[in-house]
Parts: sequence; structure tokens; C-alpha cells
Amino acid sequence: MSRYDAIIAGGGHNGLVTACYLAKAGLKTLVVEKNDWVGGAAVSRSLYPGFTYSNCSYVSSLLRPEIMRELELPKHGLQIIPYEGGAVFTQDGGYLAMYRDHDANRREFARYSQRDAENYDRYSRDVLRHCRFIRPLLLRTPPDPTSFRPRDLSELAYIGKKLFDMPEEDIYAMIRFWTMSISDFLDEYFETPVIKAYLAVSSIIGTALGPMSPGSAYVLLHHYMGDVDGNIGAWGYARGGMGSISKALMASFVAAGGEVRTGSGVAEILISNGRATGVALANGDTFEAPMVISNMDVKRTFLKHVDEKHLPPDFVKSVKRFKIRGSSGKVNIALDGLPTFPALPPDSPCIRGDLHFTDSIERLEHAYDDWKAGRYSRDPFLDMMIPTTTDPTMTPPGKHFMSCFVQYAPPKIEGRDWTDADRDAFGQTVLNQIEQYAPGFKNLVLHAEVRTPRELEAEVGLTEGNIFQGELTFDQLLFNRPVPGYAQYRSPIDGLWMCGSSTHPGGGVMGAPGRNAAAEILRSLKKPAIMGDAYAVL
Amino acid sequence: MKDSKLHFRTPLITTPFHARTSAANKLNAWAPWAGYTTALSYSDETMEYTALRNQAGLYDLSPMVKYAITGPDALRFLNRLTLRDVSKLQPGNVHYTAWCDDAGKLIDDGTLFHLAPGRYRLCCQERHLPWLLDSAIGFDVSIEDESEKVAALSLQGPCSFAILARAGLEAAQGLKPFQLMDFAFDGGMLTISRTGFTADLGYELWTTPQAALSLWDHLMVKGADHGLRPIGTTALNMTRIEAGFMIANMDFVSATTALRPDRLRSPFDMGLEWMIDFNKGHFNGRAALKREKESGSTKWAFVGLDIEGNVEAEHALIYDNRKTEVGHITASLWSPTVKRNIALAMLRRPYHAERSGNLWVEIYALRELEYHKLMVKAQVVPRQFFNPPRRRANPPGLY
Repeated sequence: MSRYDAIIAGGGHNGLVTACYLAKAGLKTLVVEKNDWVGGAAVSRSLYPGFTYSNCSYVSSLLRPEIMRELELPKHGLQIIPYEGGAVFTQDGGYLAMYRDHDANRREFARYSQRDAENYDRYSRDVLRHCRFIRPLLLRTPPDPTSFRPRDLSELAYIGKKLFDMPEEDIYAMIRFWTMSISDFLDEYFETPVIKAYLAVSSIIGTALGPMSPGSAYVLLHHYMGDVDGNIGAWGYARGGMGSISKALMASFVAAGGEVRTGSGVAEILISNGRATGVALANGDTFEAPMVISNMDVKRTFLKHVDEKHLPPDFVKSVKRFKIRGSSGKVNIALDGLPTFPALPPDSPCIRGDLHFTDSIERLEHAYDDWKAGRYSRDPFLDMMIPTTTDPTMTPPGKHFMSCFVQYAPPKIEGRDWTDADRDAFGQTVLNQIEQYAPGFKNLVLHAEVRTPRELEAEVGLTEGNIFQGELTFDQLLFNRPVPGYAQYRSPIDGLWMCGSSTHPGGGVMGAPGRNAAAEILRSLKKPAIMGDAYAVL
Repeated sequence: MKDSKLHFRTPLITTPFHARTSAANKLNAWAPWAGYTTALSYSDETMEYTALRNQAGLYDLSPMVKYAITGPDALRFLNRLTLRDVSKLQPGNVHYTAWCDDAGKLIDDGTLFHLAPGRYRLCCQERHLPWLLDSAIGFDVSIEDESEKVAALSLQGPCSFAILARAGLEAAQGLKPFQLMDFAFDGGMLTISRTGFTADLGYELWTTPQAALSLWDHLMVKGADHGLRPIGTTALNMTRIEAGFMIANMDFVSATTALRPDRLRSPFDMGLEWMIDFNKGHFNGRAALKREKESGSTKWAFVGLDIEGNVEAEHALIYDNRKTEVGHITASLWSPTVKRNIALAMLRRPYHAERSGNLWVEIYALRELEYHKLMVKAQVVPRQFFNPPRRRANPPGLY
């Protein structure tokens, strides 16, 4: 049996971020991971010879630049590269494109509506105003509004001041925005169905809400508040696939003296006298440490790996109630060549961006109707990307890797578990939809990896296959994430901490929960903070 | 759908004068403006500026955003939209105006042309169709973006009327400042207004894209003896700073795009309060502007600065007593005409007036790859640095 200062249960990107900071602060730190590889949902595996996939997450915008710098991720091989635009194919054989160039984008929207084209600037202004409020909160521990500790009071005052520094109409607008549906929000700016459809999808990705569900507008912000090199709202690729992020984190961790054990996950978090004392792995190994930090989601941590008798019953009830509904799947495809979409002009840059087929909010809502009935969408929403149009490292030249995020897919099919046949039929639905817009596409398919919520839970460990480790609805944000009273990365068990996306500020390959957790841990140990201030929002 | 899908191949489109402007642009110095590619300078920006003040210059104004506003309620709508009383704007006249959002914050300024009874054209820097349409709810009015349908040239400088006279347009002699007149030209229509952005004698010529090239050629031929030359945006901008004119999103951020609440500006902030007619009935922003006027809560003042020395103070910060930051410069120029180091600036009140006696400007002067940091004295002066009698002379002079 070996002793450590801290053990991280689960080697996802947030676990690795926490691990890096703790190791850099001089703690003897161990990461244990059930898979043979690290990365959780930021992972790139080769499932077809010569091809590298982004098996789960597939684009990057939220990963905090403070983390990239402090952990020296570029030195450890990470390169984030922006990508260009995108398009929605319409059922009449046309498309709506998004271009990085402002004038080109205005003219494109004006093909449908000049009013929408110009209102896009007002829309962007308003969404960016919301982003400016939320971004500074990402790298801060949420204050406990019921506490009178000086830190909680000063953090509450910080948020209050930010709120009341806004003009009146912005305060009204923000409170509406945080609670309304994306469909209602977009109706205030746009009249063109396909424009609304393109913009709406950011508010349902990874969420078991439809575009008409109240609360969906906030999820849009979650996809808008990141940046690539300061370009807020922009998304990019990790060169070499999203696993490059985890590889760079792992290299940074090892360089700081950290240890990683893969191939056997935590069976039980060991607790004695109300204190965490270490972990017992599935293979029988045990490791001791006065601190265990769980990168697993809050349900998996406390309902599967902690003996319930150690926990207050109200806490267990809150954890059980935490909404973490799976809503999406993923189809990763190795292609023999670049598919041809007849709607797109041959020199269109859109092929290098995000491609969708859902051309109205109603179609998106109907896809959600299937989910409510316990079925995967017969006409699913696809967020389809071909990163190899930009990234030369993932396939041999001329070959392509295609990533399809697919929504909606329920955690269970009409109440029963997914079967292999269900999974294959789900995959076929996706391939069929693409074939409709790119005839001959199926002939290019060399291999397809189909992942339903069942695979996401079994392989990555995400409960119900929810990619955000818990939904990003207002009732589960800030000081209520993951459960009221436990939003500061702590749990009812002394020495047992949380650092995954179940905690503030939530999911996406952001690293902020991991960094915030490390900051709280170091503070509790009265160690000097090794993280700098978050970059100012000027 | 009016545009082809293939517009992405030319993200910057060309103006109706492009065949001529591109032939004249020996420097290949282009810049985007409102989605068009436009000349920054053609051959020598100093000589282009000199032509504007000494002879005449021809500037391609086509990218200017232009709205055709017509219909039975056009006047009532424009009174609702803009700050000034449009009922005073007779056909054949132009006035400078501005418009605000409901919070009384400036969206843009521009010129309103009363082309014919009930037929108006609004010209401005930025695009505002959604705001115009929203403001038109309840009015029987038609609003059309006619930016691409109108080709426009600005003929500015002391010889500008002489050139019009030589070009067979001597009837323009009857135009006083801010008046307009229609002419037949090349089988079509040409509207000439005595307007401009240079604070000098000058005219703007409005025609159809079809007649654009023949108008350019005609003016260039007839203007040759008066030294007429094409002018790029750099030279024009020098003259507009001397004129003290503001540009949306250069001197203030339009309320349509401002992210930071403290960037919003009211007409009081920008020295445009003289436009506001509180007696004409309801207009956008009226209640907020009335509150601002009554409470005296205006925070900023848009002023002219006369700065010591000869080093341009581009985007410099302004201090009171060398230490308290009280404002910033939005445009600056060593003025070759008035031989002063001038600037347009935003100052926090009351440093524009009662407390303007001890203002200093922090200048970083780049000289052979190194900055010299200077702190120099500045004085608040009227924004109009150059305002010669020939600008207003009636009839207009020949040089």
C-alpha cells in the first residue's frame, strides 16, 4: 500500500487539471483511471489504422487560457486552431452558411432576410453582454448565499456589484434570458426559420431540453462564452484531436512529479470516522491519502463509490434528484475521401465548419418529442464536422475523419436498456441522414464508431451518458451546482472533494471546475495559491 | 433570395466607380467600408489633402448607407425617428440630424434629404434597417435600403463650383448650403446637393449606377484645369477632423453595437442637444432625453482640443493636473491648413468647461522605433477648426 497527499479518482480533463495544480503545489498526487487511457471525454483513440478520432468531445472553445498558460500545455504539445464557419443544409436543396467575415455573413443572412442580417449584430451584442457578465464567474468558487463567512460575503458582493453596474434594461434582459426558451429568445430578433434553427442548436447540445423548453437560452450562453485567442464565441480544434488536450495535461502532470495508474478504476472511496482515507480499486489495490478528489459526476461518486451510510440522507436525496439525463450520442466515421454535398459550391469554406441538417426550430423540437417518448430521434439533429479539412494530423492525406454529434438519444429505450441492435439502427439513422444530403457518402465509410448514452456511460463513466455531468439548467448552476450547500467542491465527507463538470461552472472541455477545485483545496491546506488571477474582462 | 450563393467569393464588393477608382489607385491602397472595397489613397495622401483645400477632390461616396423613405406618413415617421423637427425641412433641402434608442442613447448621425414632397433619403455611416422598421410600426411608410441603387460622388474644395460650371451644371450656382437640385444627366437623373464632410465649398452628386462612370469621366475631364483629382479616405478624414465632424464608431460607439454600458453616448454628450426638439411630439428617446436635460446628468462632452507642440495625439488619454484621467482623444491631426495640433476628444464633465484649465495629453510619439513619452498642455476649443467664408458664400466663388 502506498501513501499519497491526494488521489484523483478519474482521469478526465478536469481531474488532470486538478492533479496538475496539486502536483505543482508540491503534493504527492496520484490519478487513478479505469480505462487504459486518460482523458475521459477529451480523448482521441485510433479505431481504424492510420486514423485518429475525437471520440467524444470534438471542438474546443471553453478551455480556459489561464489553464493552458499556467500548466504550460503548449509546451507539452497542445495546439488549438480555429475553424471556419459552417452551414445548415435546407430540405429544398439550399443552405444557410455562416462565414467568419462579417460582410459575407451579413450578405448570406440577407439572402433570406435583410432585417435578420442586420439584427444579427444586435443579437450578438446582447449575447456578448450576457457573456461579459458570466465569464468572470467561471474561475471563481460560487459564494454560499446562506453563509456569513467573509469570503462568501465578498464574493456575493462581487456578483451583486456586477449585476447592479448594468443598465436597468440589461438587468431585466438578463433575468429573462436565464429563464426563457431559446425559441422565444430568437423570435425577438429573427424571422427566418433556418437562421433560428442554426442559432438554436447551441442551446440544446448536451441538454435534455428542446428549443421550446424554458431555460434553454442559458445553455446557448454556455456555448458562446468561450473563445479562441480572445475571439469570444469562436470554436476551434485541438490539433491531433481532443485527446491532445488530455495528453498535454498528462505530460504536464508527469513533469510536475505526478503519478498515473490506468486500467483499474475506483471500486470504493475509503472512509473512516467521517473522513476520506483513500481508494480501493477494482483490481484490489488500495491507496491511502488524506484527500480524495472525485472527477466522476456527483451521482456516480456518491451513489456508486461511497457507502451511503456515511452520507446525510438529505444530501443523498439531492444527489439522486440531480438531473443528469442523457440526451445525445456520437457517431465517429473514418472516410475514404471527402464527401460531396451538391448544395455547397465546390470552393465553399463551409465544408471546414460545423454542418447541420436541421433547418427549423420545429424540426428540432420534434426531434426532442421522440426523446420524451423514450426513443432516439427518427430525424435527429447532427452537429457534423470534418476536422481533417483543417487538421492534417488525424488521417492520411486525402482521407477524412468525420465527427457527428447526434441529438436526441435517451438513456433508455422506452424504459429498457439499449441493445447492440438499437445502437446499430441509431447509427444507420445518422448515416442515412447524411446520405440524403451527400449522395454516395455511405460508399466512403471505412469504419464507424457508434456511441449511444449506453456506451458513453460504460466507457467514459458519464451517468446516463450526459456529456455535461449534469444539466446546465438554472436550478443546477452557481451555488446550486451540483447540490445546494455543496457548491464549493466539498462534500459531506471531510477530505472528499469534487472536481468534475458536475460542479461549477459545469461541462464542456473547460477545465474551470478542475482549477477551481484545486484552488479551494490549496486554500484549505493554507498553501499559497499557485494560480494567478483570472484574465480580466476589459 | 436576391443574392447569389456565390457572394462569398467576393466578401468586399466594388462600387459603381470601381473601374475608374481602381485604374487611378496607383498605390493599391484599399480598405473595407460597409462591405465595399474603397480607396484609402490613390497616389499621395498629402497632395490629395492639398487638392481638397486648394483645388478640388473627387471622393467615391457610394458605400454610404442610404435609405429611401416614402409614403403618406414619411414625415411623421421621420419626426418619430430623429431628433430634429422634420416638418421644417422643405423639399429641396437637407439637414444634419441624429437618432437615439429608447434610452436616449445615440444610434447614429446622418443627413436627411427632402428630395421631393414626401420623398426622403436618410444617409448614414452604419446599417439600421431593423431599427427603422421597428420605429415604423403604426406608420404608413415605406423604408428601403437603396445603398446599392445610388452611386454618389463628393466633389469638394474651393474650385468645386467652378468645375460644376465647366461641366455644364452651372445652375448649381443657385444652391445655398444644405440645398439640393435635380439635373438631367446622360439620359438619366442627377441630384446635386451643396453638402459635404470637409467644411469647405463642396457638393455631393447622386446618380444611378448606370450613369456612374460617365459622371466620373465628365467631371475628371472638365475638372482637369482646376487640378481635380481623386481623393482617398485618408485625405478626406483629415478634412473632417478640421471640420470637427463626428463619425459613428470612430468618435462614439453606436448604441446598436455597444457592449460596455459606459460607452453609450447621448446627444448631450456629443454636443448635439441643439437638434432636439422637445415640442414636436413623441420621438425615440424623448422621455430619457428630457430626464437627462432636467437632471443635468450628462457625463461627457465632445470637444475640440488645441494641443501644444506638433506631435499628433492619436487616441491619447487626457489628464487633469497631469494625473487624474478625465478623457480621451478620438481623432487627431497636425492640421496643415490651420497649422495647429488639433484633436477631437471626449471629456468628462466639468473638465470640458469650468475645470478645463489644467488639461494635459499623454502622447507616445514613435520616432525611429522608440516611443518618446510626452505630457503636453491642451486647451478646449470649438470643434470647428476650419470654417472659411467661401464655404458659405452665395453665389459660390470660383476658387
